[in-house]
Amino acid sequence: MSDINRVVVVGASAAGLTTAETLRREGFDGLVTLIGDELHLPYDRPPLSKQVLLGTWEPERTSFRDDATYQRLEIGLRLGVAATGVDTGARTVALSTGDRVPYDRLVIATGVRPAELRAGHELAGVHVMRTLDDALALQAGLARATSVVVVGAGFLGSEAAAAARTLGKDVALVDMAPVPMSRQFGDELGGWIGDLHRDNGVDVRTGVGVARLLGEGAVTGVELADGSVLAADVVLVAIGSVPATDWLVGSGIPLDDGVLCDDMCEAVPGVYAAGDVARWHHRRFGVRMRVEHRMNATEQAMAVAKNILGEPKPFTPVPYFWTDQFDARIQAYGMFPPDAKMTVAQGDPADRKLVAHYHHEGALVGVLGWNMPRELRAARALLLED
Amino acid sequence: MRVSIDEDGCVGAGQCVLAAPDVFDQRDEDGIVVLLDKEPGEHLHEATREAALLCPALVIHLAE
Ligand SMILES: Cc1cc2nc3c(=O)[nH]c(=O)nc-3n(C[C@H](O)[C@H](O)[C@H](O)COP(=O)(O)OP(=O)(O)OC[C@H]3O[C@@H](n4cnc5c(N)ncnc54)[C@H](O)[C@@H]3O)c2cc1C
Ligand code: SF4
Repeated sequence: MSDINRVVVVGASAAGLTTAETLRREGFDGLVTLIGDELHLPYDRPPLSKQVLLGTWEPERTSFRDDATYQRLEIGLRLGVAATGVDTGARTVALSTGDRVPYDRLVIATGVRPAELRAGHELAGVHVMRTLDDALALQAGLARATSVVVVGAGFLGSEAAAAARTLGKDVALVDMAPVPMSRQFGDELGGWIGDLHRDNGVDVRTGVGVARLLGEGAVTGVELADGSVLAADVVLVAIGSVPATDWLVGSGIPLDDGVLCDDMCEAVPGVYAAGDVARWHHRRFGVRMRVEHRMNATEQAMAVAKNILGEPKPFTPVPYFWTDQFDARIQAYGMFPPDAKMTVAQGDPADRKLVAHYHHEGALVGVLGWNMPRELRAARALLLED
Repeated sequence: MRVSIDEDGCVGAGQCVLAAPDVFDQRDEDGIVVLLDKEPGEHLHEATREAALLCPALVIHLAE
């Protein structure tokens, strides 16, 4: 540990902050600098599409820690500052202010940015949702809106559609895939999520893409590939995300849909990645993966901090994910490959309470619970048996 | 060590129960955290700290 005096963490959110806190918790007493391009104190994202959009939480409540905590932990916060490059030879990070910050170890935790539509994105009333400012802008737009179209029925789009519907808006949920969340959990389970939305009054338009956005200056509607037109004064684009690695191009740090890392989450000597941006080799599953879920940001950041300070260990988590839509809390452990076979092991989709098992190549690879948290936790143990 | 929880923010992830089953449990209906032991003994401190750090909603508070 003696040669490490300065750890620089880029990206001041779930993964970045957890890295900094874990370093301190593990007894590191050198310099810890946390650099983030947003102006807010680090805050949590999952409530943005749930409690914040619904207005049940004040935005401040998403804040992870207060000012005093950063001071007590001696975490040097630099907010509103973007990292613009890395020199891995000199071991410095270049900042948008023109400064260069030296590091002994660098942790990349810059997450992902929302993907945008190829055309029409500039119209007023068209939103994305990644940051607190995005969520507040969307909330303000919703307050004035009567009809909302959500483009993309992944977890983010599906959650936002549920929130907008709960706020009493006319909501359409559009996706090229045959059912909502099919890429995440397959067509059968996604079908039940579609039913949940339909029963709550959402106009579910799956199996059809968006042709174009209508309106001049401000959006007025969405034309679908089948020619139908949906009225809209707010459009939320939730069509996926891209890793925030543009600032690393040319640095020599390997990039391929994220920062490419080894089993220990190290990309090149002295440079690590954690959270949504990190693609690492999961030794137990034998695959390279990148996980855009909240729990992974915490677990991977803890692992990176420990690997920096002590004997490196491979990072081999059981991925965990949850989503809240209307009265459904869906939680999942493990992996859900597209060709996995889903069976209902407990409960009944008709009661909107179930535990599903996902098998792939003969092995149980994922378990999913719908309003059955305790049973799901028991099912998680089955995953670890193999 | 005194443990407190903010039930309102709990997302029912159950990470606390996995990390420290002697200190935390979850309600059957919705998975919301139940505090079993407000003042866990020495031998549970490490696991309790781990749970507080792992909790994705950061609703487990420790006063040491
Ligand atoms: C609305 C919403 C709802 C979600 N709901 C759920 C859910 O229910 N369940 C779940 O499991 N997951 C959910 N997630 C996913 C979860 O929030 C992410 O997995 C998590 O935020 C990842 O944390 P991170 O620290 O890796 O990245 P991020 O949270 O993306 O943080 C990266 C930070 O780095 C900053 N940054 C980027 N580039 C630079 C640069 N060059 N210089 C300085 N700073 C930079 C960014 O501005 C950002 O602040 C949700 C995400 C969103 C957006
Ligand atoms: S880990 Fe946190 S969010 Fe999850 S059940 Fe425990 S207290 Fe609730």
